[in-house]
This record gives sequence, structure tokens and C-alpha cells, in this order.
Amino acid sequence: MNVSKGSTSSTGAMFDYAPAPESRSVVDIASSYGLFIDGEFVDPVGDTSFKTISPATEEVLAEVSEASAEDVDRAVRAARTAQSRVWSKMSGRERSKYLYRIARIIQERSRELAVLESLDNGKPIRESRDVDVPLVAAYFFYYAGWADKLEYAGFGPDPRPLGVAGQVIPWNFPLLMLAWKIAPALATGNTVVLKPAETTPLTALLFAEICQQADLPRGVVNIITGAGETGRALVTHDGVDKVAFTGSTDVGRSIAKAVAGSDKKVTLELGGKAANIVFDDAPVDQAVEGIVNGIFFNQGHVCCAGSRLLVQESVADDVLERLKRRMSTLRLGDPLDKNTDIGAINSADQLEKIRQLSEVGEAEGAGRWSPACEIPQHGFWFPPTIFTGVSQAHRIAREEIFGPVLSVITFRTPAEAVQKANNTPFGLSAGVWTDKGSRILWAADQLRAGVVWANTFNKFDPTSPFGGYKESGYGREGGRHGLEAYLAHS
Amino acid sequence: MLPDIAEVTASDSALRRFLHGLPGVDQVGAEARAATLSTRSIKATAKEFAIDLAISMVDLTTLEGQDTPGKVRALSTKAMRPDPADATCPPAAAVCVYPDMVGVAKHTLEGSGVAVASVATAFPSGRAARPIKLADTRDAVEAGADEIDMVIDRGAFLSGRYLEVFEEIVAVREACSRRDGSEAHLKVIFETGELATYDNVRRVSWLAMMAGAHFIKTSTGKVQPAATMPVTLVMLEAVRDYREMTGQMVGVKPAGGIRSSKEAIRYLVMVNEVAGADWLDPDWFRFGASTLLNDLLMQRTKMRTGRYSGPDYFTLD
Repeated sequence: MNVSKGSTSSTGAMFDYAPAPESRSVVDIASSYGLFIDGEFVDPVGDTSFKTISPATEEVLAEVSEASAEDVDRAVRAARTAQSRVWSKMSGRERSKYLYRIARIIQERSRELAVLESLDNGKPIRESRDVDVPLVAAYFFYYAGWADKLEYAGFGPDPRPLGVAGQVIPWNFPLLMLAWKIAPALATGNTVVLKPAETTPLTALLFAEICQQADLPRGVVNIITGAGETGRALVTHDGVDKVAFTGSTDVGRSIAKAVAGSDKKVTLELGGKAANIVFDDAPVDQAVEGIVNGIFFNQGHVCCAGSRLLVQESVADDVLERLKRRMSTLRLGDPLDKNTDIGAINSADQLEKIRQLSEVGEAEGAGRWSPACEIPQHGFWFPPTIFTGVSQAHRIAREEIFGPVLSVITFRTPAEAVQKANNTPFGLSAGVWTDKGSRILWAADQLRAGVVWANTFNKFDPTSPFGGYKESGYGREGGRHGLEAYLAHS
Repeated sequence: MLPDIAEVTASDSALRRFLHGLPGVDQVGAEARAATLSTRSIKATAKEFAIDLAISMVDLTTLEGQDTPGKVRALSTKAMRPDPADATCPPAAAVCVYPDMVGVAKHTLEGSGVAVASVATAFPSGRAARPIKLADTRDAVEAGADEIDMVIDRGAFLSGRYLEVFEEIVAVREACSRRDGSEAHLKVIFETGELATYDNVRRVSWLAMMAGAHFIKTSTGKVQPAATMPVTLVMLEAVRDYREMTGQMVGVKPAGGIRSSKEAIRYLVMVNEVAGADWLDPDWFRFGASTLLNDLLMQRTKMRTGRYSGPDYFTLD
């Protein structure tokens, strides 16, 4: 960064922020966890387990049960019984009471949930505290409101629940993805069996405790832990009427194959390679914030991350210079420190994948840049990184990296920007930065992406539907649209 | 590089073209950035550092119709030794008064290193003929003011007469010259509460910097809203970008409404992360405030003793 110092001297002092860690004492992590089936924590049949660690320190947090096919069967049967005997018979108004109660408990225990999420996932406490957990409560509040109004949702006069939902969620927003799945399912009268990701099971297990605290009828929510095998057993189980999955496109594809020919309803929310388009008339300082928030929020572990920056060539140098300066102020380190901007990469496997693709980027001839930043000795870390001089033909412009790595591509005209933005197998999200309202509307109309953000990025709201085009999946979650995936209607 | 200032200010339309060609400010984004910066948690040694720095940046202000020599002497004494019980406490940056009180303040502060700042140019409204504004300025400078806090003509700015505003700042800067060739530092008050939009704040910041302002200042303290985090953010971006282009550093002074140490520390975090550490100096950043100082002192004592003292342990002025 070239800071020209003119006639005036620079006399400013160094403002070093002292460590400001959030206390861990607010969470109470058990040494081992069973499976939450039929309202109780039970031991798994096979008695196999795995460890979940803190990605920032590699410290083992707890031993977690691995659910076998038999355990999955137990959970699905419990969900079926609860669905047919209790939950589907209950009025919408009664169901909404439980959802409101859960939402309130989430708010009351928000600090505990945020700390646990940051410990198990590696994301900065600033994000789990200010983004994840408030949104989790908001989704439960929102869908609680729908539970007694389903006949007015536009899906016929008497929409019915599907039955039992088998839900498999990823590790990037463990609790938030749980909320996106469980809140609409319960509001519409379905019961659920949910499997959190194997690297981030702890907040889902704490949520199970919250269900107990809320006196939710047993079997309505079942949480089973495990890895790919458990997930496969769940989505292919005959007793599952509805499959909801968020995760990688590869796994999504195998789920679609596995359930093809059955009468299960499926929604898939998969990968992305979103274009964040900065036009020459963009509000440049806010655009730089939006670029940073688009790709470095949650270490870039975001399916809708703005991982491709499309910047108009006439302003590219200026935007990049500002972006680099801004990146130099990002603080990487302890996820529990309240001043941390970039936390830990969730797992050794993911770190390896990010490293590999970054090496490919360099080998392909793109210019790699990261600000000077100290990497902690233990744990999994990757500095915020940008690649300049990237073309559409580079792998780093096409493949989802799922890390804090931005590919910068330039364009000359609005038509070229849209063409390049759409030239990807994915289509989950896009961003448009311009001061011109008509250009926002034009671009949103042309972009084949489920969400188009205008002069902002990575903003979520329970009232807004979310979902993808093409290989980013199908079905919508959130808003009124999110109800449809859980309702049978004519 | 910055376009030739003479060229940009050759006509109203040229100046308008330049100011309206500056990148826009997205209101939602600017406010969100300021809010995120406000979540920084400043503890322990960082807090001690920030509190002392903030004290040294205070322009201790009294701008009331009821100001008397006695009041100004008392305030000046307080500025020199904010905490009479603790000699390690830094002095404030300046005492800010009306022009007729400059002599009193100057006399009290002689040799202390604390500057005398005077408002001028028909403060706070700026509604007077230019010769009167210039006379007001010269009067304050002659009485010994080290710094002049002028107000811009918001009416002219809002009606698009940018060149008039520019020329007035240039003229006031000339009026800041002393006979010995030195000059009083010029702070230009925008009264951002009346300019209303962040686009206007960015434009007026550039206009004032090109006209020769040493400092750009948010408010008079007489209009609500006075200083806000997002307005100061836009001004910090402007001084940062101006130095990138010209190599010249310009200072920033939020004034009015900053009452607690917590708020002051948030401003310092913003200075640090937006303009950069070079601005963390009383030469380049000030707080226009009165009640803020005692809250800073109270927090400072708390950090040193571990206990909060009541307001009676700190002097009123």
C-alpha cells in the first residue's frame, strides 16, 4: 500500500488493542454426548463415537456419538409417532406457542450459544454474537408467526404437513442452518430428524436441551450425530417424507440420485461462486466494505460468498488499492476475542482444500496477495487472500474454494459483467454495486442467481426466500416460499 | 492526482462538476460500517492509552451567552490541569471560546502549551456579510487566538453556490494570518446536521480541504444532530483520500454530543482503522466537548484505583 507522506509529519501513536476474550465459563460442555431421540439423550446402538475439536486450538471439546443405521431408524420412528399422534393433531396456534418459546429461550441463552458456536466452528464471536444467534432467534420468531396462518399462505385452503423431515446441515453456520431447517418444518406440522455436520455438532446438541427446556413434545425434534454414512442412512430411510440438505454440490448430487424414484420431496441448497459486481459509479468505500464482507465474512465459509469480484476496468486499480488497505486492518486470531475479524478455518481437510486451490491459482498465473498477518501456531488458519489478473478460464474463477480467497476479474461494459457473472455452473447469489437505481433493476433481472444484493452483501432475513439456480440446488428456504417445501397441497 | 485546484475552482460549474464527480456514499453501508467499528472492545492497556489520548485531544469548550471572564479563566485552568490530584494526567488540547473571550483565555493559558481556539464568522449561523465575518476572524486572531473555528455558509452550500463557500474559506484563511507571517490554524465547521446527506458531507469536506482548511469539523454544537459516527467516518475517509492524492494531511474534529469515554474511544478506533494511526494525535484529531472531559477523568481514575469516584471528586470547570 502506497501511502504518500507529504510535507506534514506523521506523529500518530500505535493503538494496540489489548486481548478482549469472551469468557468460556458461560458454556458447560459435557465430556461426551448421546443421541437426542424421542425427547431424551440416549446411547447409540453401536457405541461408536468421534471427537469434535476447536479448530482454533485443536483442543478436543467433546466425544460425540456416531449414529448407526439402527439409530437412524429409531429416530425416524420416534419422529413418525410424534408426528401422527401429537404434532399434526395440534392446532397451528398451539405449535406456534412452542416455537415462540424456543425463540425466547434462544435469546435468553444467546451468549452461551454464541460462545459454543465460536468454540466448535472457529468463527469470530463478533459474528456468532451479532449475526448467527440473532438470526437464529429471528427465524424461529418468524415461522412461529406462520404456524396458525398456513391456510392464508397461498398454498391452497388446507395445506397439510408432509410428515417426517430428514435434514442434513453443514458446518459453516451450524445453528443458523438448523434454524432454517427446523423452524419452517415445525411450523407446518412436520417432525424432524436432523443431522448436524460431524465437525460442528455441539450447538445442535445444546438446541436439543433447549427443546427439553421448552417442553416440546418428545419425538418432534430428534438430533442424531455422525458423518456421511449417518447422513446417507437418514436421507434414504423409507420413513422420511422430505429431505432437506445444505452442503456441497457433490453430496447434494449423490442425495438427489439416492432418493430418485422415491416419493420423497427434496430441497437442496448447494455451492456457489457468486459474482460481486462493482460498477464505476459505485459508492466505493461501501463497495470495499461489501467486498470484504462478501468474501471474508465467516472466513469465506459461506455458500453465497462473493468469491468472484467483477470490477469495472476503469476503476479496478482504485478499488483494489482501497481493498488492500482495508484488508490490512482485518484482525485474524482467537475466535473468542471480541476484536477478531477472521477466525479459524473449520477443519484440517478444509484448510488443505483452500491451500491446494490457492496453489493452483498461483500456478495458473494469477497474482496472489495477502496482508501481513501473524498466523497462530496451533489450529487451522488461512490469511485473507486475493488473486488478481484472474480470467474466466482459471480454476479459481470456476470452482468453489469455500475459504477467504477472492478472485478478481475485470470487465468493460455492463453487458459483459452480467455475461461473466452468469458464466458459472452455480447460481446462488450475486451482488451489484452502483449508484444508479435503473442499473440495479436491470442487472437483477439479468442475473441468474437466487439472491441479488444491491449495494450490500451477505445480508439475511427470515422474510426473504433463499435458494439457487443450476448447480446451486433447488427449492427455497425462508419467507413464505420456505413453507412450500414442507407442505402437501393441491 | 488531484486536478489543478485553480482549474477546479475556476467557475461554479467546474467546482460543481468536481464535487459531484466524487464517489457517492451509500447511507446504509456507511452507517453499518460505523456500527461495526463501535463493537470493538477496548480493554486494559489499550483503554488506558485511549483515555489519555482522548484527554489530550479535547477542545474544552464554552460557547454561551452567559460566558464571563471568570468562567473562561476557570475553564482554562481546568484545561491545563484536568485532574489537579494527578500530575500525570495530560492537559487538554485547547480551550474554545467566543472571540471576545480570547484575551482572557490567552492570558490564563500563557506558556502552558494549551491552545486558544476561537469561533468566528458569525458563529453559529454564519449569517452575516463577509466583511463582518472577516473582521470577526481578524479580531480573534489579534486577540491571540491560535486556532479559528469558522462556520461555512450552509445556505450558499445548499443552494449550490459552492464557489462562494470556497472563496469565503480562502478569505477567512487569509484573515488568519498574523503580522509576523505566522497564521492561526483554521478549522472549518460544516454543521453537518444541516447539510443532512453523507454525499454533502463528502463534497463539503473536499471543498474545505481544497480551500486550505487545516481541520474539518462536524458541528457547532448548537444544532441537532451534532457529531455522529457515520458523519465522522465520511470525513475521515475524505482526509485519508486527500492525503493519498496531495500528500497533505488535514485534521478532523467531531464536536457536540460526545459525552462519554465509551463514545470517545469508539471515535479513536474509527480514526485508527479508517484514516490510520497517523491521525491519532492532537495535531490531527480533536474532540469538541465540555462534559466529555470529566467522564474521561472518572474512567482514568477508575482504571488506576479500581474504584469509581463520585462526580464531586472532579472539578466542574
